[in-house]
Amino acid sequence: MAKYDMYNGSSDYIVSDELRNSVNIAIALQKPLLIKGEPGTGKTMLAQSIADSLGKNLLIWNIKSTTKAQEGLYVYDTVQRLYDSQFGDHDVADIKQYIKLGKLGEAFNYEEQVVLLIDEIDKADLEFPNDLLWELDQMSFYIPETKETVTAKNRPIVIVTSNAEKELPDAFLRRCIFHYIAFPDPEGMEKIIRVHHPKLEKKLLEQAMETFYMLREVPHLQKRPSTSELIDWLQALVVGGINPNTIKSELPFLGVLLKKNEDLDTLLNGLYKKSQTQSRTVISSSLNRYR
Amino acid sequence: MFTNFFYTLKHFGIPVSMNEWDSLLEALEAGMGGASLTGFYHLCRAVLIKTEAHYDRFDLAFATFFRNIETPEGLPDKIWEWLDKELPELEITEEMRRNHQQLDLDELKRMLEERLAEQDGEHHGGNKWVGTGGTSPFGHSGYHPGGIRIGGESQHLSAVKVAGERRFQEFRTDETLGIRQFQIALRKLRHLTTRLEGAKTELDLDATVDKTCDNAGRLELVWERPRENGIKVLLLMDSGGSMVPYARLCNQLFTAVNKSSHFKDLKIFYFHNCIYDWLFHSSRCSNDDYTDTEYILKTYSPDYRVIIVGDASMAPSELSRVGGVIEWGLYNDKPGIDWLRRIRHHFEYSVWLNPIPKEFWDWTEGSWTINKIAEIFPMEELTVDGLDRSVSKLRSKYAIQAI
Repeated sequence: MAKYDMYNGSSDYIVSDELRNSVNIAIALQKPLLIKGEPGTGKTMLAQSIADSLGKNLLIWNIKSTTKAQEGLYVYDTVQRLYDSQFGDHDVADIKQYIKLGKLGEAFNYEEQVVLLIDEIDKADLEFPNDLLWELDQMSFYIPETKETVTAKNRPIVIVTSNAEKELPDAFLRRCIFHYIAFPDPEGMEKIIRVHHPKLEKKLLEQAMETFYMLREVPHLQKRPSTSELIDWLQALVVGGINPNTIKSELPFLGVLLKKNEDLDTLLNGLYKKSQTQSRTVISSSLNRYR
Repeated sequence: MFTNFFYTLKHFGIPVSMNEWDSLLEALEAGMGGASLTGFYHLCRAVLIKTEAHYDRFDLAFATFFRNIETPEGLPDKIWEWLDKELPELEITEEMRRNHQQLDLDELKRMLEERLAEQDGEHHGGNKWVGTGGTSPFGHSGYHPGGIRIGGESQHLSAVKVAGERRFQEFRTDETLGIRQFQIALRKLRHLTTRLEGAKTELDLDATVDKTCDNAGRLELVWERPRENGIKVLLLMDSGGSMVPYARLCNQLFTAVNKSSHFKDLKIFYFHNCIYDWLFHSSRCSNDDYTDTEYILKTYSPDYRVIIVGDASMAPSELSRVGGVIEWGLYNDKPGIDWLRRIRHHFEYSVWLNPIPKEFWDWTEGSWTINKIAEIFPMEELTVDGLDRSVSKLRSKYAIQAI
């Protein structure tokens, strides 16, 4: 154990025991750590936190729908070389200058160990993860153009995040350590909020949290509000100078928490039905403010 | 030593491979599990389980396999400790009084003792432990106003108990989930086109090099057509009265199919109980807004992927008799089953999704028609797993004929 760096969380990121264990297992076994979870549970932040806590550099490879696995290794800029060859002011025989390492290549090339975040891997094509199997296993790749092999000087700590937009191939999964970040319970949430808003009034926080978890319980929401939305909402409440006692009854700045029109409608309809059995006047007056 | 655990996992439907098992042993040798069963539980889960959908199965498997390895002597001590710790916070509220007739500490302790004894006897490793939520005053994350919190974050009683909680039950894929999961399943339904149609937007590197060489080094870029998804989908949905209980589920599928922008073409029609001469344009199935089924069979090419959603349960006459259509004012001179056979015959790639869970197919009302229709179409239940299987069948001729 002692020969591996132990991750213990960092001051601005609250990590659960389970997640910390998973990170340490991944580091010790030198396997990529695949992180899944609801949006806004801090998947991307985790890599930053690991890098900070271990004092390592962080490289981020953002995956888009058009990203190819090859781009992470290196890009051979043939068009540039062709153009250069037409004017003859470059030595085009030196192919090296047209080879540009991608994020994965960069991570291999670092002298010391780095943290490599492959963010939102599910955005890319279905075959994308499969194309990286060998490279992530062996931590090396071959550049045929220059007949060079790039090998990792220190195996980077690889964190992969996924929003489950696509299923990942089994072969890829077999090589990963997997962790699902569960949505934090109120206690954990309070710790997370304290990190972002250390000076928050207790009353305001209590009221806002109760309202937030109540909203998450509303059935049939398409996008339930998540941690990052709660943090934004608290900011809005503080800036807006909202009286904590009115949060539950008036639901100020609801748009910060619920991003979809349908969800707002669902909520308002639900509240309206309730209000018919309870005090009709209070809630309907507050409803009108958001219609 | 615990190799059987490997087989237990397999038995519970978790796809573990030797590679992962090796990694686990390696991690154990490196002392990663710590000395506790809880540590071992987390280690196993991180290394062996690759999707949150299997967390629940893993919990069950773990609880089943390790149920006898609990440390009973250490257990009550801990509980007493926690009991004492939680005491000052114990407030007797109005609600408490109502629910539990003013339990005092001694009574609470006694009840917990009783319940523990009971659980050791009966619910060992099951999902009825002193657990989360619910109304029991014992457990954590519950909403009992003055209960005793046991376990919870970083205080797990034991790994078996953690497993017994089955916190990840909601991620099971054989449960019916939401639009998003359906969408993911549908995304696999794709088949790339050849490079014969569409705009030329991709640089063809090899051709460019060739052309440029032909031009004696003067650069000439050659473009080609990117490959796109060529799948066309025909969705036929039952909107009969017996489908009402499944309206929400069908809506989710419908939304998912509609949102899936990767299909080349998507056509949606409705029918009432069974398909006859008419396919309706709206879910109301009004008699003046339809396309002839005959027309669809003649004009739609056989490479349309047909997904039929319906409960397939109806009166036998609706399926097999001339004039059996349930709608007043309509008359069919061919029985519904003939139409179904023709559709199946024309559209090679077709599946039937049934919102009725598979285990009920044999004895629910209308099981006769369900089985008849299942002989014609490959039938799957309308869950994420079922849709997944259907999609893989719709992708290849081979798979669909293997039924």
